Amino acid sequence: MSNVELQKVSKQFPGVKALDAVSFDVKDGEFCVLLGPTGAGKTTTLRVIAGLERQDEGSVLFDGAPVDGLPPAERDVAFVFQQYSLYPTMSVYDNLAFPLRAPSRRIAEDQIRRRVEEAAETLRISHLLDRKTAHLSGGEMQRVSIGRAIVREPRIFLMDEPLSNLDAKLREALRVELQHLQKVHGSTTLFVTHDQIEALTMADRIVVLNTGKIVQIGTPEDIYDRPATIFVAQLVGTPRINLLKSRREDSTLFIEKSQLHLPVPDGKQLPSELLIGIRPEDIVPDLEGKFLGKVILTEPLGVQTVIHIRSGDQTLLSLIPGMADLRIGEEVRFKIIHERLHCFSLQGVRIFT
Amino acid sequence: MAKIELQKVEKKFGELHAVKPMDLTINDGEFVVLLGPSGCGKTTTLRMISGLETVTGGKILLDGRDVTWLHPSERDIAFVFQFYALYPHISARDNIAFPLRAQGESRHAVEQRVKEVSALLRIEHLLDQRPGKLSGGDQQRIALARALVRKPAAFLMDEPLGALDADLRETMRAEIKRLHIDQHATTVYVTHDQIEAMAMGDRIVVMSEALVQQIGPPAEVYYDPANLFVAKFIGSPGMNLVSAVYQDGVARIPGTENRCRVPAEWQPAVQSALQGEPEIILGFRPEAAHLEPSGELSGEVYATELQGAYAVLHVNVNTSEIVHIRTDRLIDYAIGETVRFSIDPKMVRFFNPKTELAISRQRSS
Repeated sequence: MSNVELQKVSKQFPGVKALDAVSFDVKDGEFCVLLGPTGAGKTTTLRVIAGLERQDEGSVLFDGAPVDGLPPAERDVAFVFQQYSLYPTMSVYDNLAFPLRAPSRRIAEDQIRRRVEEAAETLRISHLLDRKTAHLSGGEMQRVSIGRAIVREPRIFLMDEPLSNLDAKLREALRVELQHLQKVHGSTTLFVTHDQIEALTMADRIVVLNTGKIVQIGTPEDIYDRPATIFVAQLVGTPRINLLKSRREDSTLFIEKSQLHLPVPDGKQLPSELLIGIRPEDIVPDLEGKFLGKVILTEPLGVQTVIHIRSGDQTLLSLIPGMADLRIGEEVRFKIIHERLHCFSLQGVRIFT
Repeated sequence: MAKIELQKVEKKFGELHAVKPMDLTINDGEFVVLLGPSGCGKTTTLRMISGLETVTGGKILLDGRDVTWLHPSERDIAFVFQFYALYPHISARDNIAFPLRAQGESRHAVEQRVKEVSALLRIEHLLDQRPGKLSGGDQQRIALARALVRKPAAFLMDEPLGALDADLRETMRAEIKRLHIDQHATTVYVTHDQIEAMAMGDRIVVMSEALVQQIGPPAEVYYDPANLFVAKFIGSPGMNLVSAVYQDGVARIPGTENRCRVPAEWQPAVQSALQGEPEIILGFRPEAAHLEPSGELSGEVYATELQGAYAVLHVNVNTSEIVHIRTDRLIDYAIGETVRFSIDPKMVRFFNPKTELAISRQRSS
């Protein structure tokens, strides 16, 4: 496994700058997730690393050595796509063995058998080895695709939204297994997704990309607790963060179109106009709460409940554990955990950390 | 508005049941969600209610009136599809007005009604645009407006949010529910997304393999699933289900030291349901498990997941069964580390592995 580094990589397509001086690294043994909306440049980044796309500027280094001159086959990366590209007429075994049977590799058949069987076991597909892939379910096919990447023992795994074609239950299960597998094998992985929950749950580090530029790099906790911009703040977390235009007078923050006001966090310098962000779990119904609102909607999700609270002309989303017994139309007292307040300039940049 | 009754309604395609005989009463003003994986019969059921699909057997009543063999247009029901089905070449206003004009309403009445509906859905600013130029969410709002404009007796919605991205789906989910609270129109809503069903439904009809598995309010299907299918399908992750062996008030997980006391109020029901067979399935929601050093169960950490406001710990309790435990975030566990936990006795459930049915607690009579 290898350390992979991108240095100021740029790529121009007709009419769009797909990547704009993108620099980050994936450390040896790390699970790195590239997160961003459609068109952010995620897939282009993967293709540049794999050598399927040539960057206009910048450099890609594997273990400190540039690989820009190397064709894809010599970079030794394994790609897992959203669409499982398996050979339908071959058995699962032959699909897994295929990359090892490349003439250039010269691997003995008993070696191949050992590696295929090991990979099949980790992915729990040993019982499927004799089946033709055309007869497998979507989840099984994606396991085989991942297996085919694993047997190669490549320098890095590049995964392009491998879970997005699966149904919710399978996605959940494979998410956990992929993460376990990666940790146990210590494989260097760069995983691309637009799904914030995949990024939060799986990553050691997240690289947030938008319109070809890196917006923030950090651990899932960094990204969730200290989003660098309102774009990141809104991208992660469900339901979405409450983002409220506010004005500061002396040491008090007044949230516009409401009676809500909060003390300025200790010792912080804030402009007179700003945006404040409050995560839904930091708005807590509480009989002793300082604020008053009206419940206009409740969404019981089982493990937690989303409560829509109207206060003045603002609607706030509150997230509480379990199934709430608040009724629509009822008045509710609530508090805001202001230690966890997020402050952004009107331009959307985080003010303090 | 309307009450919809399905009496032994079934649908067969050849010899195959798409929907096995089902009874369902949807009360006036109620929001009922038909939930299940693809192919479970939920959309066929909706289409039978609308009249787009004929029934093979049974009766459909609308406010007591038998509409089983009435043409869709005679049922006074509005249908909203996953794909917006708007006319791309005419304005949003004309799209919305279309059903009223087709009914021959006066120009003034049409204008008035379009205005009301677009205010409700906050799309006044879009009325002069063509749908092709609008975002997915705006197109779906216009499709909703077109359904609402007629004041139908009931709404039937077939995965109306299915084509939208996650963020917009969340917003629209709340908007449709708000709309329902304001209008109180009887609504039947089809989805495969259990979160949508939980969030929106007054009651949920869980379907699988052409058969109704359970009908109940969200809290009931969540806390008291009728069988293993519902237990797994509802919740994200679903209910933890662990194979165990029951003896003398204790459920043991074979091949491990793990044992869980069966609360006294459950024991008579468990004993009578098992009829002497020892195998039982222990069920508990991720939030029913609490990590504590003195916990009666233990396992090895398999993976950890930050979910935002909280974390989920995946724990291997024997060689193959992984349970999911909701925990505070920012607690670091290493893979392979042993953790102990206990299960809230009020939230533990039991299933019979042979019948796959939930064992129901005997009620004190």
